[in-house]
Amino acid sequence: MLVKLISGDRPRSLILGLVLLAILVALAFAPFLFPGTRSVDTAARVCIFILLVASYDLMLGYGGIVSFAHTMFFGMGAYGVALASIHMGRGFDALLVGSVVGALAAAALALVIGLFSLRVRAIFFAMITLAVASAVAVLVSQLSGITGGEDGLSYKIPRALTSAAKYADEKVLGVRINGKLMNYYLVFFGSLILFLLLLRLVNSPFGRVLQAIRENDFRAEAIGYRVIYYRVTATCLSAVVAALAGSLFAIWLRYVGPDTTLSFEIMIDILLMVVIGGMGTMYGAVIGATLFVVAQNYLQNLLGAAEEALVDLPVLPLLLNPDRWLLWLGVLFVLSVYFFPTGIVGRLRRRG
Amino acid sequence: MTTAPDHSPTMAQASLWGRLEPWIPVLLIPALIVFGFLAIPATSSWLTLTVSGLAMGMMIFIMASGLTLVFGLMDVINFGHGAFVSVGAFVGISILLGLGSLTGAPSLMLNLLAVLLAVIGAMLATGVMGWAFERIIVKPVYGAHLKQILVTMGGLIIVEQLILVVWGPDEIFLTRPETLKGAITFAGAAIEKYRLLAVGVGLVLFLAMRWVLRSTKIGLIVRAGVQNGEMVEALGYRLRLVFIGVFVAGSALAGLGGVMWGLYQEVITAHMGANMMVLVFIVVIIGGLGSVEGCFIGALLVGLLQNYIAFLEPKLALISNIGLMVAILMWRPQGMMPVVKAK
Amino acid sequence: MSDPILSLQGVCTNIAQYHILQGVDLQVPKGGVTMLLGRNGVGKTTTLRTIMGLWRAHQGSISFDGQDISATPTPAIARSGIGFVPEDMGIFSDLTVEENMALAAASGPINPARLDWLFSVFPPLKTFWRSEAGNLSGGQKQMLSIARAMIEDRLLYLIDEPTKGLAPAIIATMAGALRDLKAQGASILLVEQNFAVAKMLGDTCAVMDDGRVVWSGEMKELSEDAALQERLMGLSMEAT
Repeated sequence: MLVKLISGDRPRSLILGLVLLAILVALAFAPFLFPGTRSVDTAARVCIFILLVASYDLMLGYGGIVSFAHTMFFGMGAYGVALASIHMGRGFDALLVGSVVGALAAAALALVIGLFSLRVRAIFFAMITLAVASAVAVLVSQLSGITGGEDGLSYKIPRALTSAAKYADEKVLGVRINGKLMNYYLVFFGSLILFLLLLRLVNSPFGRVLQAIRENDFRAEAIGYRVIYYRVTATCLSAVVAALAGSLFAIWLRYVGPDTTLSFEIMIDILLMVVIGGMGTMYGAVIGATLFVVAQNYLQNLLGAAEEALVDLPVLPLLLNPDRWLLWLGVLFVLSVYFFPTGIVGRLRRRG
Repeated sequence: MTTAPDHSPTMAQASLWGRLEPWIPVLLIPALIVFGFLAIPATSSWLTLTVSGLAMGMMIFIMASGLTLVFGLMDVINFGHGAFVSVGAFVGISILLGLGSLTGAPSLMLNLLAVLLAVIGAMLATGVMGWAFERIIVKPVYGAHLKQILVTMGGLIIVEQLILVVWGPDEIFLTRPETLKGAITFAGAAIEKYRLLAVGVGLVLFLAMRWVLRSTKIGLIVRAGVQNGEMVEALGYRLRLVFIGVFVAGSALAGLGGVMWGLYQEVITAHMGANMMVLVFIVVIIGGLGSVEGCFIGALLVGLLQNYIAFLEPKLALISNIGLMVAILMWRPQGMMPVVKAK
Repeated sequence: MSDPILSLQGVCTNIAQYHILQGVDLQVPKGGVTMLLGRNGVGKTTTLRTIMGLWRAHQGSISFDGQDISATPTPAIARSGIGFVPEDMGIFSDLTVEENMALAAASGPINPARLDWLFSVFPPLKTFWRSEAGNLSGGQKQMLSIARAMIEDRLLYLIDEPTKGLAPAIIATMAGALRDLKAQGASILLVEQNFAVAKMLGDTCAVMDDGRVVWSGEMKELSEDAALQERLMGLSMEAT
């Protein structure tokens, strides 16, 4: 049953299995295990980023396609929910319509970009997505009448998903059973289900052909697979899942803005997460996203402490400045690509 | 004795269209300028915008030329190219800020000397950096595009962060040297002096590059290497050395572009290079990967279009370049002047 | 017979996971034409590319002019005196004929006398001297490719199927040019499928099958023995 749920894609390493299980349990019971606004918020972000990074891995790790437009798709889902909630009024129907429209728009755009650039050369795709994504980000911040510009949009979501809605008078394990909790579980289960679908996808015949193409596209074409068809399909599916992750994020935050959904910084974060976690293994997304988001929220404090401790030395404090943590991640990233391209997951599997 | 060939060599007389066709990309530039003339009501505005578009195009070309050659020669796509632009700008502008006595003097010679020193410093720094970048970042991942993109992107992140470490997190504002400030008036149009300088530098650079590529042995090797590197090696040339040379030169040019762009914008940030990469990639793609001429034409088209559209409909400026790219790729999927690869 | 100019011993070359060469032993004597024969796909082109260092032998040794070159980089191999005409001709099509030739003269400017001789052998090169090489016909490209190898005096010429896909008249030109080159005392290793040309030019001969040299000896011996041809190459040369 469990094996079927994960599409027979076993962790193939005891440590990895235990870590994944621990993450699953921690996320499933996060509101009870780590009460507090900030930690629940971190847990929700972990869920969403696992999904987002996994959808990116479908393209990068399984398809061998580098895209820099993943935040654009993410943002389309988020803005879909935001705009629907504003124009249709608060309600579940607005959330649904916004998510569906956002996902469809993402799929359509991915289709166009994919047909355009993957047809010629796979590396065109990387450059073109970079250009298109940055143009869209600029456009969104300029069209402030529709998108709220740099300030973004705040909106109301159904009361049933906010802390105003109470479902039980008594606390359970010290936690209020309210709409916010429901909202968290919407995010959690939404992410979980979509993640399992992605897992199913990469373990299906489609996923295997995709990997064959990544290994050798000439041979795959020679055997008779339409390489372009598989690549474009993977791109579209990846975009749809990214958009849905964006929708979940928008529902959770009740706010969208260029900085939280579209910025190039988030794109870089996604790249770091997928490479450090392990490309071409859906579980790499889980490990990478969890590590990264938790580190982003807590490790920076640690760096700050280290900086304080070394404040008398010449250069070190500058390098350990919490704002410079991307420097160290960048180094880690480059080293990962060279020395363990299959990331943490690959490492664990090799040992196990 | 030799058997004489009994075939008679002929070359089919090309039709008018056939002869015109290779020139279409070149003709797009005047066509675009004419379009600007028709679309923009005031001739003086049109003139100002045209000069500014050409200046911008030249600067983009300077940044993009190295990238396209590096790709053509070794099939290496460097997503970290923007790092050289940023570093060049920071080094160059730092030198310029240190030469206050030269930049503040109302003498064109002294001002140009200061700019020249800044440019030399920036190009040296980015040239050396390019050499190190090639050795450390790029060399281990030859032939693997996916890794190249990832690793060079990682290199970009690291360099950007190092800039923040060295120069601090804030953007740096600057003013141009005394005699390069302000504008001259020509036919009722105000034309910034600095833009004229940028156009001049860009043009000289393009012509010099063309001369090197067409008339020197190194240029021949580079052009031949872009088409069929293996054969160049089989003729006895060490393409690897040529490639490192091109990589270093391309990095130095990106540094030059960075200084010029910094002076143009009068502000520099660590992300400026990465931001420029968007336009640089568009230019390289529409020009045809590996083609310096295509890159030059593409850069001018992008610069002009961006300026015209920014005047006519400001919000569409960046989108217009995407539109241009789409249109050109629909017409020629490999770019305007695709390089014929042997394999 | 003097020392061979080129000698391969037990050369194995893998391309990806395929073992293309499985222990090639081959001697090319100084002066004269050595034919490398065999069916398609037995490793003739791979042998030439391995000699040039374009693919690396993972086993065995290659010695040229007394030096071991099995680990030498391609440019150094070329500079030590080997002219190479690859199967795909390796023309730089965006460059003019002149530029192609100038590049081929790696050690300095083109020698005018030698160029005049090449013009007399391949007149179209003179006609199209300033045209882009990409506009040449297939036969003219082949002429350019061979002329590039011949523009400087090399110790050894590696020529891969110079007559492939050419019209009979142009084949005659090619054969004439190679005969001229041979008459000057050059050493040539020639891959050739055209038997008439092989018989006319070849002094010695090596036949490959399945990644190995299976027979070597005098060209005359092979060309007069139809049964041997049948056994080595699965066809009688006289029939073609």
